[in-house]
Amino acid sequence: MAKILMKGNEAIGAAAIKAGCKYFFGYPITPQNEVPEYMSRELPKNGGVFLQAESEVAAINMVYGASGCGARVMTSSSSPGIALKQEGITYIAGAELPCVIVNIVRGGPGLGGIQPAQSDYNQVTRGGGNGDYKLLVLAPANLQEMVDLMQEAFDAADYYRNPVMLVGDGMIGQMMEPVEFREIKTKYTLSEKTWATTGTKGQRPHNIINSLFLDPAQLEEHNHKLQKKYDDMKANEVRYESVGVEDADIVLVAYGTTSRIVRNAIATLKEEGIKAGIIRPISLWPFPMAAFDAIPETCKAIVSVEMSMGQMIDDIKIASNGRWAVDFYGRSGGMIPTPDGIVAKVKEIMGGVK
Amino acid sequence: MLNEKVICAGFGGQGVMLMGQLISYAGMIEGKEVSWLPSYGPEMRGGTANCAVMVSDKPIGSPVITDNATTAIIMNLPSLDKFETDVIADGNLLINSSLIEKKAAREDLKVYYVPANEIANDLGNLKTANMVMLGAYLELTKAVEIESVLSALKKTLGDAKAHLIDINREAIKKGAEAVRA
Repeated sequence: MAKILMKGNEAIGAAAIKAGCKYFFGYPITPQNEVPEYMSRELPKNGGVFLQAESEVAAINMVYGASGCGARVMTSSSSPGIALKQEGITYIAGAELPCVIVNIVRGGPGLGGIQPAQSDYNQVTRGGGNGDYKLLVLAPANLQEMVDLMQEAFDAADYYRNPVMLVGDGMIGQMMEPVEFREIKTKYTLSEKTWATTGTKGQRPHNIINSLFLDPAQLEEHNHKLQKKYDDMKANEVRYESVGVEDADIVLVAYGTTSRIVRNAIATLKEEGIKAGIIRPISLWPFPMAAFDAIPETCKAIVSVEMSMGQMIDDIKIASNGRWAVDFYGRSGGMIPTPDGIVAKVKEIMGGVK
Repeated sequence: MLNEKVICAGFGGQGVMLMGQLISYAGMIEGKEVSWLPSYGPEMRGGTANCAVMVSDKPIGSPVITDNATTAIIMNLPSLDKFETDVIADGNLLINSSLIEKKAAREDLKVYYVPANEIANDLGNLKTANMVMLGAYLELTKAVEIESVLSALKKTLGDAKAHLIDINREAIKKGAEAVRA
């Protein structure tokens, strides 16, 4: 199929419909409004249902309900809206239901701003909801990757019976790039949703969707079961891109749109004789810990480059495990890092070494 | 090597977003790498609008233009004040002289004054002022072919507005003539 020039948020909608999404529940918030706008127009044409809920809390609980019935369902929002959805998200994770949640991140805290940011890293990887749960969190760097990952996201959600979050920012949501909607064959073998509440017709016992376990022993057993699932994800769902790390003087770590800016900076540094590599986590959780093992001992530092005050840096420190100095460069509040700013930071760390 | 970084800026309603989209779309039709990044915010009709467009032979890294625009297409005065400093030395600065009396402050740019509104008005449709500026840009840089832009415009306008293609073609032509040495 030919390439189409599309806005990121619309491409999200189109990719979700192509991936079989039939239900969308959401509440408006900038900078992701084109997602519900697109879904309101296109989902009904494709045999689906779009519903604008009265709040984010209502929307995520509608997702909970539809997912419990076995439907392919999604919601999208932006940072403060995702914060509101956290109760529903932990319920969905606790009840082991699949869904896709899109977070087009804007500046925070609080209502913050509406320009691009990555200050939801902790919210999406640590969980803003209660309890020991994890989401599979995927962060594409361009629209093609966003579109391709959508099929993965829905299939992985069904496979693990767990929410999957796709994380972008205002930039990727608003920008236009050529995309191609190609057939994505994922690695997941999906079985029938025999657990779904589809009506017993008097033929089978009730299926129960629930995240309440009043017996502590039962709840602990449930947590062990969930943990086993998260361990499987850690073993099988790590995604990252790594370029020029093996002989790097310095390694930059960045995800999403920030990684594109970092690449420009790396090209400039190369011209000036500084070998900078990049590790780009595509899965924010599970974090690509093993990617760091390829970094040589001689590497002077690892720099986390983020559109936040420094959140991913904690995971980088865990991955580094004291082997390298870990530094940080970031902009926040909707300010976007510049290649020049990154280059200057690297030079400062390298101490003018050529 | 083609590596265009274009800022299109003006009032909301002047068609600056469309202008940028057409450059991107035409580039995509020609198999080039493209991106289009709009400003977005609590803006309204009559407020300022701008977009950053890239057309390149190589994959595009950051879609953000900081101070490295190769061309700025400026449709109103606030945009001149805001973006003149973002163009690289020897870059193109296209100024809609119908609405902007002020001259460019920098002397290291190739500056072109195009009376886009007047040209568009003479053509009988003031709304084509953006296409006049686009025509001037295409003449100067040859970033994409005019025919690719028109193909893109056809897709953007759809069948209902297909009758507007001719006047837009004319506007592009007049814009090109305005900067032809």
